[in-house]
Amino acid sequence: MPSAPPRQADSGARRSGLRWNAWNLLLLVPLLMLITSWFNLDQPRLLGMPFFYWYQFAFVPVGVICVGLVYLKTRDEPVRTDQPDRLGVDDLDEGGKA
Amino acid sequence: MNGGLEWVELTVFAALFVLVTVLGFVAARWKAGNTLDHLDEWGLGGRKFGSWITWFLVGGDLYTAYTFVAVPALVFGAGALGFYALPYTVVLYPIVFLPLVRMWSVSRVHGYVTPADFVRGRYGSRILALLIALTGIVATMPYIALQLVGLEAVLRTMGLNGSGLLGHLPLFIAFLILALYTYQSGLRAPALIAFVKDALIYVVILVAVFYLPAKFGGWSSIFDRSAELLAQPGANGNPKGSIVLSATNQLQYATLALGSALALFLYPHSLTGILASKGRRVIKRNMVALPAYSLLLGLLALLGYVALVAGVKPITNEATGRADSNTIVPELFNQQFPSWFAGIAFAAIGIGALVPAAIMSIAAANLWTRNIYKEYLKKDASPAQEAKQAKLASLVVKFGAVAFIVFVDPQFSIDLQLIGGVMILQTLPAVAIALYTRWFHVWGLVAGWVVGMGWGLYLLYTIPNPAANKAHFGGSALTLDKISLFGWHPFAGSSTQIYVGAVAVVANLVVAVVVTLIARRARVFNGTDQTDPDDYHVDENSDRLKPVASH
Repeated sequence: MPSAPPRQADSGARRSGLRWNAWNLLLLVPLLMLITSWFNLDQPRLLGMPFFYWYQFAFVPVGVICVGLVYLKTRDEPVRTDQPDRLGVDDLDEGGKA
Repeated sequence: MNGGLEWVELTVFAALFVLVTVLGFVAARWKAGNTLDHLDEWGLGGRKFGSWITWFLVGGDLYTAYTFVAVPALVFGAGALGFYALPYTVVLYPIVFLPLVRMWSVSRVHGYVTPADFVRGRYGSRILALLIALTGIVATMPYIALQLVGLEAVLRTMGLNGSGLLGHLPLFIAFLILALYTYQSGLRAPALIAFVKDALIYVVILVAVFYLPAKFGGWSSIFDRSAELLAQPGANGNPKGSIVLSATNQLQYATLALGSALALFLYPHSLTGILASKGRRVIKRNMVALPAYSLLLGLLALLGYVALVAGVKPITNEATGRADSNTIVPELFNQQFPSWFAGIAFAAIGIGALVPAAIMSIAAANLWTRNIYKEYLKKDASPAQEAKQAKLASLVVKFGAVAFIVFVDPQFSIDLQLIGGVMILQTLPAVAIALYTRWFHVWGLVAGWVVGMGWGLYLLYTIPNPAANKAHFGGSALTLDKISLFGWHPFAGSSTQIYVGAVAVVANLVVAVVVTLIARRARVFNGTDQTDPDDYHVDENSDRLKPVASH
């Protein structure tokens, strides 16, 4: 059939609103820091700081890297900038510059 | 240093306070739209904030003055447990990264201003939307009051520690000014002030965390000495705390961090900052960049140990007659820094209270206007009337918070904030899960909310705190042994502790699932979904966006 079937508004064939991407799994990595038994220790210390503290500080960059990678790898289609906006240009274009 | 006024500190503080006041009023004209008589403009700053503004705004919103004084105070009092603020703000961003962009898109397509607006559109249910709105307002109110606690801790440290009503006067003046420029400028005021607040906070914290530890012999000796001090018996005969977690509070630590992270973006004020941003990319970038504040918060938490080693004594609040542990960080700065720098530090904390207080009152006002006033009281309200109503509501909310602090023991607002966290978490299924699926039945969500809320509040009520000599609402750590399901104790004999919110939200979900299954079997009407699956992916520049500040 050359033409696409008509969109069914209210049935089991309704489009799913979810878009899956395997990179999203990286978002689970920072949750590992909730397993307290892995790091609830005083030794070894770093710069005088017990393991408990510097281990958790180390998770800050881990979280940033994971979220950052997901951001870079799942970027949606580039935003079209070549054509003017069809609505309320006066309202929206001020937002063009942060 | 309890007696006299600290003139140098007060002068620096007042100068910076005047600066942000001017900014607050000027903000009305900053990036102004055609009109301020629309909630999109007054309540969401025109929905056009870029990455930088959003970073300062949301940062100023999430990392509040109260956080900056209360987290170190918690570490000061209990040790490692207080450090939960770090994992909380690290797991936060990966968790909310995907849901928030969906929330932004759907809100932008349909012109939603509050989470309850979304629920109203998603389920077409006025009751569910009302429950969400009321939860949001009730949970936000004590949070605003707590910002006042932070501000007052600073004012009292500077010597403005009068007793009775007069003692609250400085606070009242500060809030009156805040109320006026929020009324006039809306969300633009805190957005502009947040730049000053964050710049000050960064300078102060960085100086504090490098200068102070060196002064007390380095981190190694600070931790060793803290461990000794925390091992001494507290009010109930047990050690006050420890520098690593004990066997019983590890689960509490993890669930408190996770539960707080899940709850944070359910608070209406956090969502306000997100909905005010220009597009999905702005939000995603911020999820990468906001942990810079987490790093700061973690370092700040450690100042609790420095205060412990420095032998800081909490100041007695002359209004209540009790020692206020929230004064330990201001007091530490007061002792260890020259007056002018302490003044800057206090201004940072004080202004740090104004930014979130403004955003929170705007968020609560938006909820009131959109989901109660327009929904129930004046259905044909024009956008200008909505904006007017929200401005008035923001005044009421702020003076309500001041009255709270003046007439009720500040401890009560701390209790309420604790309760607020558990409460807001109960909107998780209706707000966050509904972003992904409409599987839950509207009556399942209502039933889950009722059970989660009721049981959560009951459990909080049953928790005593012998150290503070309180029989009820003594904290959020529940001993598993105490969990009872109609008389059955599934974890009898266990002394492990867990965050009450986690227990309540699990109960909420279980009930929601069961009622959903029953309602589906009985074919009960499940409301009308106004949203389309594609709405959740729309980005800036799409022609499907609802024009800003249109009817």
